[in-house]
Amino acid sequence: MSSLASDQAWTLSSSIGLRPEPFGALAYHFESRRLVFLKTKDLVDLVRSLADHPTLDDALDAAGLDGRRRTSHLTALASLADAGVIELRSPIPAEATP
Amino acid sequence: MTTRTPPLTEQLKRGLDAPICLTWELTYACNLDCLHCLSASGRRDPNELSTEECLAVIDELNRLQVFYVNIGGGEPMIRRDFHTIVDHAIANHVGVKFSTNGTFLDKEAAKRFASMDMLDIQISLDGFDAGTNDALRGEGSWAAARQAMDNLAAADFGEFKISIVATRHNVSQLDDYKKMADDYGAQLRLTRLRPSGRGVDSYQDLRLSHQQQRDVYHWIMDRPDVLTGDSFFHLNALGESLPGLNMCGAGRIVCLIDPVGDVYACPFVIHDEFKAGNVRDAGGFTGVWQNSERFLELREPESGGACASCGSFDACGGGCMASKFFTGLPLDGPDPDCVWGHADDALAAVDGSAIPRMTSDHSKPGARTDASVPVLLTTKRP
Ligand code: SF4
Ligand code: SF4
Repeated sequence: MSSLASDQAWTLSSSIGLRPEPFGALAYHFESRRLVFLKTKDLVDLVRSLADHPTLDDALDAAGLDGRRRTSHLTALASLADAGVIELRSPIPAEATP
Repeated sequence: MTTRTPPLTEQLKRGLDAPICLTWELTYACNLDCLHCLSASGRRDPNELSTEECLAVIDELNRLQVFYVNIGGGEPMIRRDFHTIVDHAIANHVGVKFSTNGTFLDKEAAKRFASMDMLDIQISLDGFDAGTNDALRGEGSWAAARQAMDNLAAADFGEFKISIVATRHNVSQLDDYKKMADDYGAQLRLTRLRPSGRGVDSYQDLRLSHQQQRDVYHWIMDRPDVLTGDSFFHLNALGESLPGLNMCGAGRIVCLIDPVGDVYACPFVIHDEFKAGNVRDAGGFTGVWQNSERFLELREPESGGACASCGSFDACGGGCMASKFFTGLPLDGPDPDCVWGHADDALAAVDGSAIPRMTSDHSKPGARTDASVPVLLTTKRP
């Protein structure tokens, strides 16, 4: 499992269909045809909020996730990244830096 | 070692707002008459859903966010509107995986499919060689399936699936099958034989022996890239659990829509006992899935029955409901293929006339019956 670049901008992949369920959500990757379970509602909210924040760390802060809950959510996000559910947002072209 | 059922599976057993895995048999018409046909297909039903009704079902699946549908039959490509239905599904974000015997998958169809996204094709082949396959699926069916595979490969379709039902006669060929799939750049799918449809009659002659079940378990364990449709979870009693959800999803996360719109708990229980309603009912498919009494019952917690005292119950869950039902066994007891043989005595005691018959048989008149099984298969056993 890869470790996540939490100082980068992330988003829910556009290839993903997300279906709310009593336990959280079901994610389906239309290209790889993989089905992934998001096992808590907090995780679903977090995944949906990624695109609104400049970095993953900011999204975690905004959700009030710290300590052990932060660690467990980071682990869950890492496996979602491996499954292609979330992905790095394409970087906004920056001014050339010296 | 016993594995604890993860809470997710418990939640799934209580049912979801929409199925995860939905099978839709488009027609009972088929050019073949396989001895183990789970839907006892052959003749078209005059009451088949019309094109408009099929498109409306797709719109409903889209609203329910059913991400993909497993289309089967009968032979689905026999329907004249097959392409219309598939195109409409894909245009509405309902992915399609369809099963075919390959007969009508000519070069032109292969090219068309190769140009589409969100489409998976699964070709059924129940013997590595023509002799083994045709004994079960009928004369010429091996050649037709291989031709379809060649057509898909030539059209650059990409990774299609070769689907095998494991029987007593073909399990010794699994390595050959795997090589065939690899040579095609295809994926192998191996599923369990259940005594459904015409399989009620052929089950005893085709089912795996206890030793063969053990061999299959290890063979799958060693090959995580082989798909199994989560169908062998009763083998988990043998040790480490196979990949997958490992539960009976009937009416909870799985269901079947049959060609006339009847909704059953799973493709292997086409029987009034497991019929929940019809997509033509006032509430449509959604109403049937969410409110039918039959499905709500299936989502109630189960008792383990005679399995509850078995040390393997957490891993095996007592096996497959359909297999118990169509062999006349109690639904809360051991699977007929229980790896510890705990169903053997009960099976031997079942009165043949008490075994439920399918309530919707579309076999062609004069379709091969159980009587022909030993003759055909003993002469061509590998
Ligand atoms: S007795 Fe029941 S739970 Fe135990 S292995 Fe057999 S089918 Fe599975
Ligand atoms: S009844 Fe058998 S085939 Fe149907 S969902 Fe349950 S385990 Fe699977």
